[in-house]
Amino acid sequence: MLMDTPDETLASAAAGGDGAAFAVLVRRHYDRIHGLAWRLSGNRADAEDLAQDICAALPVKLAHWRGEARFTTWLYRVVMNAAHDLRRRQAVRARAGQGWGDWEIARQDEIAAERAAQDWLTTAMARLSPELRDTVALVLGEELTQAEAGAVLGLSEGTIAWRMSEVKKRLRAMAAEEAR
Amino acid sequence: MTPEDDDPLARLQAALKSAPAPEAAAKAAALRLAEENFARLQGSRQPARPISDRPKRTGFLMGVTDMLKALTGKPLLAATTSAAALCLGLVVILPLADHLPLPGRGPGEGRVVEPAAPPVPETATPVLKTAPAPVAEVAGQASAPEPAKPRAGGDQPREKAVADAGATGAGADGARLALPEGALTEEAPAMDMAAEAPLARDEAAPEMELAAPAPAPQASAKRRAVAAAAPTSAAESFAMAEPVVAPQIPLSGTETYANAPANPVKVTAEEPVSTFSIDVDTASYAVVRSSLDAGMLPDPASVRVEEMINYFPYAYPAPEGDAAFRPTITVMPTPWNPGTRLVHIGIQGALPAIAERPPLNLVFLVDTSGSMMDSNKLPLLKQSLALMLPQLRPEDQVAIVAYAGSAGEVLAPTPAGERAKILAALDGLEAGGSTAGAEGIALAYQVARGMSAKGEVSRVLLATDGDFNVGIDDPEALKTYIAGQRKSGVYLSVLGFGRGNLDDATMQALAQNGNGTASYIDTLTEARKVLVDQLSGALFPIADNVKIQIEWNPAEVAEYRLIGYETRALRREDFNNDKVDAGDIGAGTSVTAIYEVTAPGSAAIKNSPLRYGTGEAAAPAAQDAGELGFLRLRSVAPGASTSTLQETPILPETEAPGEDARFAVAIAGFGQLLTGATYLGDWGWDQAIALAVSARGEDPYGYRAEAVTLMRLAQSLSAR
Repeated sequence: MLMDTPDETLASAAAGGDGAAFAVLVRRHYDRIHGLAWRLSGNRADAEDLAQDICAALPVKLAHWRGEARFTTWLYRVVMNAAHDLRRRQAVRARAGQGWGDWEIARQDEIAAERAAQDWLTTAMARLSPELRDTVALVLGEELTQAEAGAVLGLSEGTIAWRMSEVKKRLRAMAAEEAR
Repeated sequence: MTPEDDDPLARLQAALKSAPAPEAAAKAAALRLAEENFARLQGSRQPARPISDRPKRTGFLMGVTDMLKALTGKPLLAATTSAAALCLGLVVILPLADHLPLPGRGPGEGRVVEPAAPPVPETATPVLKTAPAPVAEVAGQASAPEPAKPRAGGDQPREKAVADAGATGAGADGARLALPEGALTEEAPAMDMAAEAPLARDEAAPEMELAAPAPAPQASAKRRAVAAAAPTSAAESFAMAEPVVAPQIPLSGTETYANAPANPVKVTAEEPVSTFSIDVDTASYAVVRSSLDAGMLPDPASVRVEEMINYFPYAYPAPEGDAAFRPTITVMPTPWNPGTRLVHIGIQGALPAIAERPPLNLVFLVDTSGSMMDSNKLPLLKQSLALMLPQLRPEDQVAIVAYAGSAGEVLAPTPAGERAKILAALDGLEAGGSTAGAEGIALAYQVARGMSAKGEVSRVLLATDGDFNVGIDDPEALKTYIAGQRKSGVYLSVLGFGRGNLDDATMQALAQNGNGTASYIDTLTEARKVLVDQLSGALFPIADNVKIQIEWNPAEVAEYRLIGYETRALRREDFNNDKVDAGDIGAGTSVTAIYEVTAPGSAAIKNSPLRYGTGEAAAPAAQDAGELGFLRLRSVAPGASTSTLQETPILPETEAPGEDARFAVAIAGFGQLLTGATYLGDWGWDQAIALAVSARGEDPYGYRAEAVTLMRLAQSLSAR
């Protein structure tokens, strides 16, 4: 019966301490979390780490659930913030690693390997600023409407529309370069 | 050619949708961890929930709104003095957090749950910014992250972190401040952002100090060298360094304009008095120009006729003696309607001797949100401000406050003579992040108040693309705050940049309530006009709260219509109420208003007489023969609290209209043609252009020639 219960009801129950509801909820949404994490981070290892971090923190986060947004919107926001934290940590790490040649070389190798694997997508996403990547991940990857994506990111719908047109512009520029 | 090539988004979407399936083992581990943590939380949750009034999810906006409301309160207003110190506190804290050990990456070790620090309610932001914190308390804040430090190391027992972070309010604050390092944050974007921005800056230039020149990473070293080596010519080279690309025009529906339906024709017998606030904004003209230049007719909602008229300098007779301004009234035949006349009212502000101008304190409040990235936004803004610097005098002071991307006081009050330092600080501004305009405004006002001494003019110059996207959506709340600040004597002007996000409505609301002007800057030329040629007018007020009231004489005027000023209408009783705010006139600026009036008995009367109306009301006693109406002007001298009244009768026989008046009428026609031309009859683009061309006059800066070009462009576009 729990399997048919709406997310929001489950979340409220879980926030109240219902372990069964929590288990159903997190099972139902793990793939979603993982998917968005992959779209935001662009690689599998980070996506899995992120998803695990989020799952681990979800009980605490859920305690703040007040049912004022759709559960998925709320969840996307959690994932988004986690991904931002990860980016920030990586930036710090990249700086810390500058003195360690080996570490940096290893990282470059890793990047090269991934680029070969994902190629076009990686290049395309690398072209976009982090803000545009977030937007694209939500609008194209998760197929949210611009209004929903705005709700997740805390931005106006207009900003999302502007960002999407910006993405289009950059992709066109990239296509033009490829054609050359 | 595949369909994917057609739509680059489709290809990206397809690629994004091909997310790899999560690995089963990782999934199982994550789910197990989630459930374990859930079970553990049930045991420890009671003490970890001290904050019962957690704000609603929409609470961030609410929080800022509340903050703004709270800020207008007297004690808190005084207390904002500590905000700068607190920002410094943040900067001190974050490098510490940066160098903490990184959390482990293996599945077992680093997987510590975020400490169950109760989220600081969003209202913590205002508290942080406004709490009357003496220096000692600031120090306390700065040390707050210490308890949270071990947890970021990744091997502390979770309960310990909970205890540390959850124990006291200060502990909770500390945990939030340390967040950029370790935790998953889900709430309180304001806090997050405030913490994030200095961090980003720290990464860009680790040794950089707040007030020190901040070299922008993307700026070429060569250019910086020039700026440092030759301060005098630096402004020019800086300003010319980056060409401005053609303006981009947004998707429809992403901009907000302040507008109201066109003023209707009013019957003098029913409503003899017309009251409005003068307006020296020019933003609308620049928006119209940027649309036309991009090959599109402007959105009619973006056209405010009075702003288009007031964009142009007119040489009306200057006031004599001590008067702050002088009205010049011209009555002329209406070009578009033989049955009516136009009453052209030009008000010229006095130009006090420039040499005697008081020292000026300028606070540039710069929006560095992500949307400001475009070349016609932040880079143009930097060039514009650099252009303006040589106009300032050594005794003037400049400070820079940024919000969003790089938040806080970027440049402490600096004498305008230290140009290289100011330019370096400007250059260091970078776009990124989202916008919390409200906090920035509070800080800018506080800096401005700190700078003002007696007899000096302080002004906040807000430069933004208008998108206060996570700050405040509601122009009303910002208006309330700015209206409160107005009393402190600090003026606010708004410079709008770029298209796509442009929130004209908010810009206008802010400038009107901050006793300032709103200008829209789309090109470096426009920046020159606003910030160089007309600097004295833009920055030095000579009269505040200027209101115009005209009482029409029903014996001579049966109907009248005010062209433009729809968003500036005042109630009749507001005219004598000094508490009601109105527009301000800067030194040497002029303001123009045009009425179209219809004489009784004219065939051009639009409104039929009322069958049951009061026919005899049309002839009140003691009409001064021949007067069309009576003009009353009310204004408040800067710093004064009560208004003075100037009165002038409007006589039917005036001097023949000069080039200025005729050009203003041509622009009024231009504006009306762009907004539907309800009252223009057959009068069209050809006639408007001919009139403008014939009234071009001397036009030393070429503004009028440009307007004619735009009218031709609009004609071609509307013929499509």
